[in-house]
Amino acid sequence: MKNRPPLFLAIAAIGFMLVFPSCVQVKEYQKNKLNDADMVLSSRRSQKNELNFQTYREGSAGANGGKTGGGCGCN
Amino acid sequence: MKKLSLTVIGLYALFLHAFSQFNAQDTVIYKTKPLALEEVNLVSSYYSQNGNHSAITGGIGDEHVVDFANGLDLKFVAWDQSHNKHSITAGLGFDHHTSASSAYVSSTGASKTGGTRVYPSLDWTVENDKGNTFGFGAYFSTEYNYQSIGLDFHFSKKFSSNSEFNAKVSGYFDKVKLIYPSELIPKAAVVSTTPTYYTTASGRTYLSGGGGYGGEDNVIPSSPRNTFTASLSYAQVINTSLQASLMLDVVTQSGYLGLPFHRVYFNDGTGHVENLPSSRFKLPIGFRLNAFVSDHVVIRSYFRYYQDDWGINSKTADIEIPIKVSQFFSVSPFYRYYTQTASKYFGAYKAHTAADEFYSSNYSLSELTSHFVGLGIHTAPPKGVMNNEHFSSLDIRYGHYTQSTDLNSNIVTFDFTFK
Repeated sequence: MKNRPPLFLAIAAIGFMLVFPSCVQVKEYQKNKLNDADMVLSSRRSQKNELNFQTYREGSAGANGGKTGGGCGCN
Repeated sequence: MKKLSLTVIGLYALFLHAFSQFNAQDTVIYKTKPLALEEVNLVSSYYSQNGNHSAITGGIGDEHVVDFANGLDLKFVAWDQSHNKHSITAGLGFDHHTSASSAYVSSTGASKTGGTRVYPSLDWTVENDKGNTFGFGAYFSTEYNYQSIGLDFHFSKKFSSNSEFNAKVSGYFDKVKLIYPSELIPKAAVVSTTPTYYTTASGRTYLSGGGGYGGEDNVIPSSPRNTFTASLSYAQVINTSLQASLMLDVVTQSGYLGLPFHRVYFNDGTGHVENLPSSRFKLPIGFRLNAFVSDHVVIRSYFRYYQDDWGINSKTADIEIPIKVSQFFSVSPFYRYYTQTASKYFGAYKAHTAADEFYSSNYSLSELTSHFVGLGIHTAPPKGVMNNEHFSSLDIRYGHYTQSTDLNSNIVTFDFTFK
């Protein structure tokens, strides 16, 4: 592996630095949309088995709440 | 007038007194709450796959697989005297699959094609009144040729800036049963009558029971595989309709990282058992952005960059657009694009040479692109699904997957929630 951080890491860090200072303070009573089930910042429970087969059929995994170990994938 | 004022003050004091007593009783009532079942989730999936690059037959051959996966989670909740919420989730998974290529672990095609995996899990999480959490998890998985034990510790902290930090460290301690293709069983394992240690070119060591596959106890030897993961994520609310998170996993694996029944055919026509390095370092980083773009439409987006020391670089882009048809019903079309470079250890059928130290014809390590497209529906009526007040929601998802290696598959998932 090359000894430099992935380009995406730098882009994501810059993106966060640009986006987050523009954040507004949101009160609890203003969070009805943010608390909607579709706004949850993770994979859906119903995606669990999709993430599993993608992990087995592709060479990469992780950073999505899916498994990073445990289990065979030997089909 | 003085009497009237004193009476009003007296009544007011009496009211305050009564109210304060009522509050005190309330506090006592809500201070502790014994463990009670809060939610039951059942997720069932049916997966069917076709392809023609099975690793068991060296990168050629039928990859037809059918898998029926089920997971049941029971979530219990209790409150302690310090007003901490304790959540205990007990899970039990049960998968059964049939795989056409598994028949050819034996060169005659006589091996069994079906397998069952059972995987219980337990998680305990404590959440304080500020929403910060910590907890522990344990996991176990067993199937015929593979056992796994997993442990994790996780915590999260919320900040007043509408942001949240999550961290999780986990370890999986696996055992791969050394089932070789019938014509490639190491000869030493067949003729030896005493246990024998083998050290391969990759430095891994495994134990043969001697006396053939089973030795005197008829036990097939196993080799360890350990995985350690540190997962970090930071989530931020941007405004009343937009929030994002950044996720980073650092994964290190060691031990037997190939599978012993995967064949590799060299360019001279000889057959070998897949041989991969005994360590792997993975670095995936993901970014998620969710937005309410109108009162009825949400956009869920996800991007991941991945890199490892086997030479794989991948990019994943995923978008899902839930459309709220009514307050209790939504449809969610989704699309995922994935692309990766090949591992330096991958070679197709008869592409490797005897000079290669490591070799695999497993197409999950090849250069590939994939598309995954489908639709989900979600319903959560106020009176319960099918008017059953305990059946609180139902999710159904269907997806069709195609890969540039000619592999394609379909998956349908049902997610039932009971409260």
